[in-house]
Amino acid sequence: MTPKQPKESKLTNQFNFSERASQTFNNPLRDRECQMEPPPRTNFSATANQWEIYDAYIEELEKQEKTKEKEKTKTPVAKKMGTMAMRKMTSMESQSDDITKVMQAAKIVERMVNQNTYDDVAQDFKYYEDAADEYRDQEGTLLPLWKFQTDKAKRLAVTALCWNPKYKDLFAVGHGSYDFMKQSRGMLLLYSMKNPSFPEYAFSSESGIMCLDMHMDHPYLVVVGHYDGNVAIYNLKKPHSQPVFRSSAKSGKHTDPVWQVKWQKDDMDNNLNFFSVSSDGRIVSWTLVKSELVHTDVIKLKVEGSTLEGPEGLQLHTVGCGTAFDFHREIDYMFLVGTEEGKIYKCSKSYSSQFLDTYDAHNMAVDAVSWNPYHSKVFISCSSDWTVKIWDHTVKTPMFIYDLNSAVGDVAWAPYSSTVFAAVSTNGKTHVFDLSINKYEAICNQPVVAKKKNKITHVRFNPVYPIIIVGDDRGHVTCLKLSPNLRKMPKEKKGQEVQKGPAVEIAKLDKLLNLVREVKPRN
Amino acid sequence: MGEAEGKKDEADYKRLQTFPLVRHSDMPEEMRVETMELCVTACEKFSNNNESAAKMIKETMDKKFGSSWHVVIGEGFGFEITHEVKNLLYLYFGGTLAVCVWKCS
Repeated sequence: MTPKQPKESKLTNQFNFSERASQTFNNPLRDRECQMEPPPRTNFSATANQWEIYDAYIEELEKQEKTKEKEKTKTPVAKKMGTMAMRKMTSMESQSDDITKVMQAAKIVERMVNQNTYDDVAQDFKYYEDAADEYRDQEGTLLPLWKFQTDKAKRLAVTALCWNPKYKDLFAVGHGSYDFMKQSRGMLLLYSMKNPSFPEYAFSSESGIMCLDMHMDHPYLVVVGHYDGNVAIYNLKKPHSQPVFRSSAKSGKHTDPVWQVKWQKDDMDNNLNFFSVSSDGRIVSWTLVKSELVHTDVIKLKVEGSTLEGPEGLQLHTVGCGTAFDFHREIDYMFLVGTEEGKIYKCSKSYSSQFLDTYDAHNMAVDAVSWNPYHSKVFISCSSDWTVKIWDHTVKTPMFIYDLNSAVGDVAWAPYSSTVFAAVSTNGKTHVFDLSINKYEAICNQPVVAKKKNKITHVRFNPVYPIIIVGDDRGHVTCLKLSPNLRKMPKEKKGQEVQKGPAVEIAKLDKLLNLVREVKPRN
Repeated sequence: MGEAEGKKDEADYKRLQTFPLVRHSDMPEEMRVETMELCVTACEKFSNNNESAAKMIKETMDKKFGSSWHVVIGEGFGFEITHEVKNLLYLYFGGTLAVCVWKCS
């Protein structure tokens, strides 16, 4: 047994040990407070009714049943694919939904951005009148406004231009290629002057587009002629890339490029119909019967004096190649056809074998013919033989001849005057003539395209505004404003009534023609 | 055919009676699952006394997730509350009950 050792407190010697105590300095105490941001709060409200609860349960039931059914019908592998596809579809749908929801707004914003970017151009278009024209005696200028081009159509030449009859700022451009060797696809683009950076509508086709026309009464129907001889109708209300109606080898397409198409008035059954002319020598009338294109050969262009006797007594004709045509504005059945041989035939829709008249117009192919919008007897023609000729259809020889030093691609009458017309040539120049001011020379002679290698292919006047559009073979369309000198109205003498309207225009041109006619007998 | 469907609906409905249907929740997943299970337990235990069920839920939530929680259980009520974000659960239970649990100090 170990004795418990009592706890001995240490006995300190009073003499050797003394207590000592000390206190260190305590730092003063300080209060510190901190308030954190309270955790965020929101409100929430709902109602708890018996019927709400019931409805929610029923919904849940249905959802469960649907998922059970889906699981049953799909095989495991397909299920995976299905869910993936569904996910993709839903994501794509949501994407497309987003765009379509803001499409209207996006369009407006795009137009506003364009307006701001091209603000000075828009101001020029509306208000700029070249003041220098007062000093330039009889000449005028063309002020370049907008330039329309798209990447997709960069290599394709502009082969056709047409203003929309209803919307004065909308025009159609057909793209294709004039080169025999390099044929590629074609494009139909519709631009609005309000948006020069991107076409409003775009359609692409496999074969180059050579010509187009818009219907007067149905401005959403565009008929197009292709290099492979097909014709097609596009409906702008349905902007898919595919034409609404299309001809085919079975339905009588041309065997050569279609050079021009033109809408006609609806026939007696209220069916739409249009004419087309092509190098295969046929002028065909197409009618839209019950959503199908039906063709009727109106006339075959035969080269006169070349009928040969073939075997079994058949008459063989050499077929002339039509390159341009135009219908008379008042006399419905009469129309002109220009051919590759340089002849112009006056034909009637009713006579299919004979021409009413023939004009030995040019030495090379006729590129364009056009009746004067006011005078019912006068028409103009242009050709690659460098000349532009004005005719009276009762006279076999031309009234006026102009040599432009370069192949003329297109010629167009101005809609506001019977004596003004514009011609474009392959050297990049645009010529504007006003016969009432200067009978022998152009009053405006202006290079319009940047590079000299650019050939201008077509020109069209806007029916309302004093502007013209010019297309070249690089795929650009330039819009130019006519200076005041180019659109002079005849000056009214003081005291006389201001006469305006087609009668005045016709009288103006008549006067000019008479001058020329009088000169001729003297010669 | 109609009758058979009606019976099927009833059977399904009865099946759902114990199924808690979350109407609205902004809780994190884990928290939500725990809270849901707690509510189900409480309501089943005190099926005839809403107050006790609510009391149980509130006290457990306070202990687990901090003060201060509020719980409402009932069959017909409307409410508008302010709650701390990510601390709200509103669910239906038993075909007739609605439970609303939220934190707001």
